Amino acid sequence: MARLKVATATLAGCFGCHMSFLAIDERIFELVEHVEFDRSPINDIKKVGECDLGLIEGGLCNSENVEVLREFRKKCRILVAVGACAINGGLPAQRNPIPLSVILDEIYLGEAGIAHGVIPNDPELPLPLNKVHPLHEVVKIDYFLPGCPPSADVIWKFLTDLLAGREPEFGPELLHYD
Amino acid sequence: MRENASQVLSILEKYGKSQSSLMQILREIQEMEGCIGPDAIDLVCEGLNLPRTKIVGTASFYSFFCLEPRGRYRILFSDNITDRMLGSEALLERMCGKLWLEKGKVSEDSLASVDTTSCTGMCDQGPAILVNNIAITRLDEARVDDICELVRSEVPLDKWPSAFFHVEDNIRRSDVLLSAQGAALEAALEKGSGAILDEIGASGLRGRGGAGFSTAQKWDACRNAQDPEKYVVCNADEGEPGTFKDRVLLTRQAERVFEGMTICAHAVGAKKGMLYLRGEYRYLLENLESTLRKMRLENRLGRRILGRNFDFDIEIHLGAGAYICGEESALIESLEGKRGTPRNRPPFPVTNGYLDHPTVVNNVETFCAAALIVQQGGKWYSTIGTEKSSGTKLLSVSGDCSHPGIYEYPFGVTVRRVLEDCGAQDPRAVQVSGPSGTMISDAEFDRKIAFEDLPTAGAFMVFGQNRDMFEVARNFVHFFAHESCGFCTPCRVGTSLLGNLMDKMHNGHGSTYDFEEIRKLNGILQSMSHCGLGHSACNPVLDAMKKFMPDYEKRLLHKNFTPAFDLDWALQAARQMTGRDDRAAHIERGAQ
Amino acid sequence: MKSFLLDGERISFEEGETILQAAIRAGKYIPHLCFHPEFRPHGSCKLCTVKIAGRQSASCTRLAAEGLEVESETAELNAERLLLTQMLFVEGNHFCPSCEKSGDCQLQATAYHLGMTSAHFDHFYPNRPVDASHPEYLLDFNRCILCSLCVRASRDVDNKNVFALAGRGIATHLVVNARSGKLGDTDFAATDKAASVCPVGVILKKGKGFSVPIGSRTFDKKEIGEWVDTRLKERT
Repeated sequence: MARLKVATATLAGCFGCHMSFLAIDERIFELVEHVEFDRSPINDIKKVGECDLGLIEGGLCNSENVEVLREFRKKCRILVAVGACAINGGLPAQRNPIPLSVILDEIYLGEAGIAHGVIPNDPELPLPLNKVHPLHEVVKIDYFLPGCPPSADVIWKFLTDLLAGREPEFGPELLHYD
Repeated sequence: MRENASQVLSILEKYGKSQSSLMQILREIQEMEGCIGPDAIDLVCEGLNLPRTKIVGTASFYSFFCLEPRGRYRILFSDNITDRMLGSEALLERMCGKLWLEKGKVSEDSLASVDTTSCTGMCDQGPAILVNNIAITRLDEARVDDICELVRSEVPLDKWPSAFFHVEDNIRRSDVLLSAQGAALEAALEKGSGAILDEIGASGLRGRGGAGFSTAQKWDACRNAQDPEKYVVCNADEGEPGTFKDRVLLTRQAERVFEGMTICAHAVGAKKGMLYLRGEYRYLLENLESTLRKMRLENRLGRRILGRNFDFDIEIHLGAGAYICGEESALIESLEGKRGTPRNRPPFPVTNGYLDHPTVVNNVETFCAAALIVQQGGKWYSTIGTEKSSGTKLLSVSGDCSHPGIYEYPFGVTVRRVLEDCGAQDPRAVQVSGPSGTMISDAEFDRKIAFEDLPTAGAFMVFGQNRDMFEVARNFVHFFAHESCGFCTPCRVGTSLLGNLMDKMHNGHGSTYDFEEIRKLNGILQSMSHCGLGHSACNPVLDAMKKFMPDYEKRLLHKNFTPAFDLDWALQAARQMTGRDDRAAHIERGAQ
Repeated sequence: MKSFLLDGERISFEEGETILQAAIRAGKYIPHLCFHPEFRPHGSCKLCTVKIAGRQSASCTRLAAEGLEVESETAELNAERLLLTQMLFVEGNHFCPSCEKSGDCQLQATAYHLGMTSAHFDHFYPNRPVDASHPEYLLDFNRCILCSLCVRASRDVDNKNVFALAGRGIATHLVVNARSGKLGDTDFAATDKAASVCPVGVILKKGKGFSVPIGSRTFDKKEIGEWVDTRLKERT
C-alpha cells in the first residue's frame, strides 16, 4: 500500500497544534510507516506538492495566509482545519470587532505605539486582512479537529480512522474546544 | 429638557399613568422632543413605576422610536420592492447627496437623517417616504429637490405643500363592501347578540388577515369564555409589504370599521375596544379620532349605546414600526406596552388575550364585512364568492401595471382577470399576499384568489418581463431579517444568515454550495421557528427557486465554494494605511 | 397516572407539566439552553424541539398530554439542533480557550453532546464591549445567547429587574437597569439569583478565574445529559 502524503502548515496560529501533534510521542514511528511528510514545519520543506492530506493550524490573518491556504486546497485531496484558530479565528480573531485602521493606528502611530510613528510597509511583509477569518470561510474544509490544541489523542484518532478508511469520529471524551 | 419636563408629566397624566399606555406615551414624547432621551425615560420610570429596563426594552424594539436624536427631519424611504421598481434607490441617493449626508447617519448639524424602512403601504403611489413619521407619496426628482430645500431652510413640516401629503384612495373596482351604504349598528342591536352570531355563522365569514379562521367561531369562543372582562381588537397593523387596503378602508369607511367592532363587542360581551393602527398610518389618527368623537356624540359609542343596556368604547393605539405586531399575540403584547414578541400558544387570545382576558382580534376588513353581513344578512353574503370562501376580497394591486390601486372582487376571481383589469402588460410573475404569501408564474395565472387556492391578506404585486425574481426574493428576505423579533434562535439568526447568502449570490460569489446552504436554512426556518414570520421567511426564496430557476442560475458563477467577501478588498484598509499598491499588496481573485 | 411516549418509552406526567419537564423528571435528556427547572419556560432557544405527529414543537412549552407520541432522539432532530447551536456560536463571539466558563458552559457542553466540530456558518463577530463596572461581577456580552434566564431570575426571584432584552432581531441584546447602562450603577448583588443562573460565560464573578483545573470542571466529569439528570435529583 502506498503511503499517504501529508502536508502541514501554521497560519495565524501559535504552533501549539503542531506541538500537540508531536505529542503523539512514540506513535510517530507507527505513523511514518503509513505516511510520508510533504511540506511541514517539522521537516522545513517550504513548498507543498500533491498530497492526500493537508493539516492546517491557525486562521487567516494576512495575504500570505490566504496564499498558503489556497495552495494547500489546490494540492491536498483532504484538507483539515486543526485547532480553535483554524476553526473560528481563535485569539487573533478577537481583534475583529475593531476596524483594522484603528488597530494599526493605536499600535504604530499612537503614543504607546511600538514603531515610533511608522506603519511598516516593507513589500516583504504580508498585509493584514481587515478581519481574521477561519479557514472554512475562504476554502472548502473537509474536516475540523477542534481544541486549543486538539490533544495528541484526537489527532491520532483522526489519522488512524482516516488511514483505516473509517469516517473519523470523536466521542464526547475527545471533543473539546479548549 | 427642564422646560419639557412638565410636558412629559402632562403626557403621563393624559394616559392616566397606565403602564399599558407606554407605547402611546413614548410616541407623544418623541413627537414633542424628536427622540426619547434619558431624562424623559427617568420621568416615565417614575410616573409609570416601571424599571428602566422595561422602558428601554420596549422603546428599542420598535424601529420608529429613537433613544438618540435622529435629526430634526427624520426621513425614511419605504423599501418595498415596488418602491425600488419605481426608482426609490436613486432618489434616496439623490437626497443624501443634496443634504450632504450618509444613509443611516445623522448630519453633523443634527438637521436630518435619511434611511430606509419597511413598506409604508403606499405602493400604489410610490416611491413613498415618511418624514417624522408622516407619509409623503409620489416621490420624483423634483419632489426630492423641493424636500431638500425645505429641510435646509428648516421649514416646519406643517408648512410644507399639502400636495406632498396627499394620499389617493385609488379605488378601481368596488363590489358589495366598498359600495355599502347606511348604518349597520342600529340593525345589529335590534337583532341582539345571539342573532348577530347566527348571521355571522350563516355568512361563512373568514378572517381577512390571511389565515382565514372562521369569524363566527372566534367570536363564539370569546363569548363563551368564563372571564366577564372581554376585549375587541381591530388589527390595523397592515404591515405585509404590498398591502394597503386597510389604509383605504380606514379613510373611506372608518365608521363602518368601528361599527363592526361595536357589533362584535355586543355579540361577545365586551366593553372596550382598541384599534391597533400601524405607525406608518399616523397621518390617519386625527380623522379616526374625530370619527370616534362623532360616534360618541351620536350615542353610537360610549355609555348606553342607542339607549340600550350596552356600553362600549374604542381607543386607538398607534404602533411604531414593527411588522411582527400584525401577529395577533404580538399585537396584544404591544397593546400592553411591551416588546412585540409573539406569545407561546396555546392559550389563544380568545381565552387569554389582552391583559390575559378573552379577546377577539380581527382584521379591519373583517369588521367591515361583519357590519355588512349584519346589515344585509348572512345568507345573502354566503352566496357571494366560492363555497369555501364566501364574500368579497379587497386586493391591493401594485407593481408593473397601469392602474395600481384597490380592487374588490368576489372570491374565486382568477389572477388573470385581475391582471387584465389592472392593465398589466405581459406580466412575468405575481406575488400574492406579500412576501409571506406565494410567488406565482404565468403558468399559474388561472389560479383563483380564495382560501382553497391562493389565500391572501390582499397584496397583489405584479412583475413585468424585465424583473429579476431573484432580486425580488432578496428584497423580501431582507425584509424578514429586519422584522424578525429576535426571540427565537432559528428566525433571529437564520433570517440574517439567509440574507447574507442572498447578498453573497448578488455580489457574484455564489456557487452550488450556497444554493445548498439556502435549502438548509429554509428547512430549519420552517420547522423550528416560533411563529409564522420565521415559517414564511423562506417562502419567496423557495418559490423563486422553484419557478424562476434561471434567475438563480445566473448567480451560480463559481463551480467551487467561494468566500462571501472579496479577498482583495479585504486588504484595502491595510493598503491605505501603508500606502502600498505593489503586486504582493493584492490577492488574486477567484483562484481556488 | 397519565403518560405519553418519548422515543417509544412511557413517561408519566402530572397535570400542567410540559413534555420537557416530565422528560427530565424521568431522567430523559432533551437538549435545551433557555429552560431551567426553577423558572417558567420561555421557549426561545428552540433546542428542545421535538416532533409530535409529524410536526416540530418546543418541548419546554408544549404541555404533556395523554397518549402523545413524541420523537426526540432522531438523526433529523439532532441535525437541526446542531444547526441551531452553530447559529448561536456564529452570532456571538465564543472563544472557548479564553473563557473561564469553559468546561462549565452549557452551550459548549450541548455542542459537545451534538458532536459539533465547527460552527459551520460565517461568523458575525459582533462588537460587544465588556462591562466591568461592578466591583464583584463583570458582564461579557460577547457570549450572550439571549436565553433571558438572568432577566427572569432578576425579575421573578430577586424582584429587581436588573436585566432586560432590548433591540430587535439580530440586534437583540442584554441591557441593565441603569441610566448609564453600567452594571455598577444598578442594585445588582452577588447574592442575587441572577448572579448564578447564566448558562454561558456572560455574568462572571471577578477576583479569581480559572480556579477549577481542566479535568475537574462540571462537563469534564459529566456529559450534559447526565448532568441535567443529577441537577434535578439534587433539587428533589
